Amino acid sequence: MSAHMIDIVNLVKRYQTGTVSFEALKGVDVQIDRGELVSIVGPSGSGKSTMMNIIGCLDIPTSGKYTLDDQDVTKLTPNQLADIRNRKIGFVFQAFNLLPYATAFENVEVPLLFARVGGRKRKQRILDLLDRVGLADKVNNKPTEMSGGEMQRVAIARALANEPEVILADEPTGNLDSSSGGGIVELFHELWREGKTIVVITHDSALAAQTERIIHIRDGLIEKVTHGNQQGRRAAHVA
Amino acid sequence: MRPWHYLRQFFIDLSRQKLRTAMTTFGIFWGTCSIVLLFAFGQGLREKQIQSQRGMGENILVIWPGVTSLEYKGLPKGRRIRMTEDDVKSIRQQAQLIQRVSPEYIRWGIPVKRGRNLNNRRVHGVWPEYGEMRNIIPVMGSRFINQADIDEQRRVCVIGDRLAKDLFPRGGGPIGETLLIQGVPFVIVGVMKEKRQDSSYSGRDAWKIWIPSSTYRTMWTQPYPNNVVAQIVPTATGDQGESEINSILARKYRFDPDDPRTLGVWDTTRNVAFMKNLFDAFQGFLVGIGILTLITGAIGVSNIMYVVLEERTKEIGIKMALGARRSYVITQFLSETMLLTLVGGFLGFLFAALIIRIFPTFGLEEFVGIPRVNLFIGVMITVLLGIVALGAGIFPALRASRLQPVQALKLF
Ligand SMILES: Nc1ncnc2c1ncn2[C@@H]1O[C@H](COP(=O)(O)OP(=O)(O)OP(=O)(O)O)[C@@H](O)[C@H]1O
Ligand SMILES: [Mg+2]
Repeated sequence: MSAHMIDIVNLVKRYQTGTVSFEALKGVDVQIDRGELVSIVGPSGSGKSTMMNIIGCLDIPTSGKYTLDDQDVTKLTPNQLADIRNRKIGFVFQAFNLLPYATAFENVEVPLLFARVGGRKRKQRILDLLDRVGLADKVNNKPTEMSGGEMQRVAIARALANEPEVILADEPTGNLDSSSGGGIVELFHELWREGKTIVVITHDSALAAQTERIIHIRDGLIEKVTHGNQQGRRAAHVA
Repeated sequence: MRPWHYLRQFFIDLSRQKLRTAMTTFGIFWGTCSIVLLFAFGQGLREKQIQSQRGMGENILVIWPGVTSLEYKGLPKGRRIRMTEDDVKSIRQQAQLIQRVSPEYIRWGIPVKRGRNLNNRRVHGVWPEYGEMRNIIPVMGSRFINQADIDEQRRVCVIGDRLAKDLFPRGGGPIGETLLIQGVPFVIVGVMKEKRQDSSYSGRDAWKIWIPSSTYRTMWTQPYPNNVVAQIVPTATGDQGESEINSILARKYRFDPDDPRTLGVWDTTRNVAFMKNLFDAFQGFLVGIGILTLITGAIGVSNIMYVVLEERTKEIGIKMALGARRSYVITQFLSETMLLTLVGGFLGFLFAALIIRIFPTFGLEEFVGIPRVNLFIGVMITVLLGIVALGAGIFPALRASRLQPVQALKLF
């Protein structure tokens, strides 16, 4: 077993809009270890989301190699990819992407249904997850009946539903004020201390600083990788 | 995924997306209901038309004696021409276009007695062919007048259904019972099966008494029948039949066969033809409206599918991001459409059936007949609209399911 949870080599993503072709990623190499907490920063349009979507198996690269947990993702069938999205990866979107008509409970339930988790166990798991993100009293609220911070917590609970090893978050605090954003960041730190591999895209340099490693992207290429100030914590946790 | 997982998700989606569910269901409901109603009323009208034709019989000519209105070969106009039973026999032998014919002697106000029931009735003397022509169908276990009755001048009679009820109010078969017609005993051999009759020339068949023509002539001295009833072959028109009879009689009585006044003829095929044209036009009108309604319904349903396209694509994107397989997306869409179609179609059919059920209370059957529910049409329309709904929705759903999740999420 390789130490890398995520191993990307020479990744290229080209978008075709009509006759215009645009290369959003121009050959990117990234390795992320198991249990690492990494942030991705860069100017708008630099290709952060494009990369994250490929890591999250929500999109496929034009070329390059992507190995997730020792599996060559580019060789998987659509159904295998669906199962990876369901069990191995928890994805948190900037825009939450909750089902608007469903309650918090029902939103968290969706990935559990796809994973065939049975009745009583499923119910208990949903209530535990919502309790964990501090929404025990909002179980039956719909997205329209919740604040942005609360919606993002539902989304995080949903991402955690099948105990994925990898959590990916694309600007999870982008739509939140600083206090609800702070709560979300705290949640990610907790998950990291539990051993999850976490990758976060952010515009917020303060947030980026609270990670182990910061990957800087510019114009579809990795500009540099710097250290955050979080090394100690994980070491402490491991020890 | 196990079925109940599908179902749980399915019913969450359905019950939460009330507007989308309600709109699609209503589209199918509306289309099914209106077309079933249209066809039901069309069917009612058709049956009414067929029935009123049945009352008189099909392709019937009724011929009365008359007076010549043209001079012919030196003979003056204004001569009275009357037919005898022998003339009717020559029509039966010679005419090519006439398949059945019978004289009809009629006498009004004849005292008819059965126990205490004594009333003046109408008595008709006819040949056996008369029954078949005029659609006088004997009830089970009874018969119409036959040739032996004629040959032996039997005192037998056939009576209308209403008269039978009047004479035998307590039920019990009138067959074999005796009636006193002008004091002479007649055995009842037949009762007419109840029928609808919308036109007549000498009262309703339901109240009549028919006896053999030969017996009639022993009772009353009447050399000429009141009229002749003829049935032309289905391939001929009423006019052709009429001119054939005219020419047979004109030879004997020496009148102008083209004289329209000599014989009075009621050509029932003429109003049948008129009714048929009217009905065909109306049927075409109904089909037109039906097609328009169907198109409207189809547009409505596909519009609804289009309105929810964005929402649905986003939903598919979210679910795929959370691990839904493609087969799940398609199955969900198919079962949703199928369920809504079934429910909408069923409700539409039920509603139409309800309207048809309470329709008789409006008392309009006289004019438009009794509407008839046609289950087949209901099922057909439901299936058709279901296919439209499926067609309008399946392609976007298929397309969304083929996309990468992020594409489906970003599509709108
Ligand atoms: N579906 C697409 N078709 C064409 N071009 C696209 C598509 N998606 C992204 N792009 C382009 O790719 C580039 C990178 O987009 P991406 O969303 O990865 O940027 P980003 O780094 O996430 O920016 P932001 O910080 O604003 O979210 C942009 O220039 C964008 O216009
Ligand atoms: Mg982005």
